[in-house]
Amino acid sequence: MASLKTTQSFDRPDDVYQKLTEIHRELSAQDSLKLNAKLILLLANHIGDEDVVDEAIAIAVRNQTKA
Amino acid sequence: MNQLEFIAAGSKAICFAKRTLDIWERLGVAKKMIDKGVVWNVGKVFYGDASDPIYQFDMLPIKEQKHPSFINLQQYYVEEILVEELSKYDNVQLRWGHKATAVEQSSNGASVQIETPQGSYGISAEWVIACDGHRSTIRELMGLDFQGQIFEDNFLIADVKFKQERPSERWFWFDPPFNPGHSALLHKQPDDVWRLDFQLGWDVDRAECVKPENVEPFVRGMIGDDVEFEEEWYSVYTFQCRRMRRFVHGRIVFAGDSAHQVSPFGARGCNGGVADADNLAWKLNLILNGDAQKGLIESYDYEAIVTADENILNSTRSTEFMTPKSEGSVAFRNAVLDLAEEYKFAQSFVNSGRLSTPVGYPDSALNTPDKDAWDGGVPPGNAAIDAPLGEGWLLDQLGDQFAILENRSGLNETELGSLHIVTIDLSTADESRSIALERYQIPRGGAYLIRPDQYVAARWKSAKFADVQNALARAKGSQ
Ligand SMILES: Cc1cc2nc3c(=O)[nH]c(=O)nc-3n(C[C@H](O)[C@H](O)[C@H](O)COP(=O)(O)OP(=O)(O)OC[C@H]3O[C@@H](n4cnc5c(N)ncnc54)[C@H](O)[C@@H]3O)c2cc1C
Repeated sequence: MASLKTTQSFDRPDDVYQKLTEIHRELSAQDSLKLNAKLILLLANHIGDEDVVDEAIAIAVRNQTKA
Repeated sequence: MNQLEFIAAGSKAICFAKRTLDIWERLGVAKKMIDKGVVWNVGKVFYGDASDPIYQFDMLPIKEQKHPSFINLQQYYVEEILVEELSKYDNVQLRWGHKATAVEQSSNGASVQIETPQGSYGISAEWVIACDGHRSTIRELMGLDFQGQIFEDNFLIADVKFKQERPSERWFWFDPPFNPGHSALLHKQPDDVWRLDFQLGWDVDRAECVKPENVEPFVRGMIGDDVEFEEEWYSVYTFQCRRMRRFVHGRIVFAGDSAHQVSPFGARGCNGGVADADNLAWKLNLILNGDAQKGLIESYDYEAIVTADENILNSTRSTEFMTPKSEGSVAFRNAVLDLAEEYKFAQSFVNSGRLSTPVGYPDSALNTPDKDAWDGGVPPGNAAIDAPLGEGWLLDQLGDQFAILENRSGLNETELGSLHIVTIDLSTADESRSIALERYQIPRGGAYLIRPDQYVAARWKSAKFADVQNALARAKGSQ
């Protein structure tokens, strides 16, 4: 069973972060949600492993309580 | 018995699935239903104002089976055909206008109090089947639970009559211009009747919604301004997904909507009720004939609940897709619809109703688990697949008793006959049999044991009579 990688992957993390955030600059909250949903669907399908997706969901949900 | 004196006129269910047709075939009424009904296999999904579908699906991926994946037929026609067929049996009495008002049971039977316009009487029976619908009197009299989820949405049904050439397909719209922000559905029925179904949202005045002047704009929006149409039946419905915790309560057995209720998307209500009846009938028959212990009825409780849970799960998911319950959920739904036209993977997430297909019970106590390694075929606890066989069809030959489906297994037909098992050998070389062999993946020497409701009970790559005896006993609930 594959497991979710949580160590650093990108050599240039700032580039990736900028791209993920820049696309929201002009958007309403509603459109942002939809855009993110598209990204998640595309990436989840690419990962293609329900266990990995489950793990990511669990981490994200658990981490929300920190806010 | 039925408290009504007639078959109710408004058509609730219209879509009847292949499995239901297979069951009706054994009752001798499938052909009548299909001849009267509208056959369809393809569903299309539209989004926004685009005139091309973003996606379409075929409900019958495995071809060369006797029955189509669906027919559309008004529920009152279905009931009429069934009632007509029942009248041919001299051991069946139908009592119309008889209402159950009280019920009581002992360890070996139950009695029901009946009221009629002519007076009341009591009737005692070994078993009582409470199929008195989602507002079940019997369930309420017994104080039993009916738990689940209510969905805050209303749907308008407009059954209208008009003449127009359109394909026999299920058309579903998300956010069409004639019902912005909501969904809509179009289905063809016999007699030039069409079912138009419009999602309305939660905060509506239901009495206003069914007024002809308020229905008309919806109908016009969908079918155009130039088509003459006539009202057949307008109604607004809401729905719930819920079930009883148990369906068997001593000698009183719940079946159909009295036991479980689902949203209409997926056509799982009536098809689910027919599945209950089919699951229950052969078991009760064996019990009443003394061929099985009454404990066999427990397997109905188990298998019908597995079926109800799958139906509830699917119809709840469809409902969540159509009526998302949070802004995040709306965003995902719209993201899927946006992506679906161009990206095939996203089509698989589009949920306009997961339509009724036979439910499997892989963990039922009636199954004999595989001891051989199988690659494909039909595992125990699943409905048998049809295939051409000679001039006819495999399921027709299986009939409604225990059957052995074999590839020269060497099992002795006379010995099997003594257990009331019919034998069908697929080994002869003609081509139609090889389709069957391929669907079941039976090697030379192998066999399947199939139940009277055409579910697989057991299978062996090398079949022995003693194994068949054990599996049969198990399928009759004795282990
Ligand atoms: C708008 C709509 C669309 C639907 N579309 C579909 C579809 O396309 N496909 C599908 O599979 N399902 C569909 N369904 C669901 C389907 O109609 C029901 O699941 C089905 O009718 C249930 O059958 P039933 O016999 O269990 O209950 P019911 O049809 O409710 O029958 C119960 C019977 O019991 C009688 N009764 C009640 N109380 C008593 C009493 N005390 N004494 C004597 N008799 C009594 C009633 O008169 C009634 O005849 C739809 C439902 C709705 C509302």
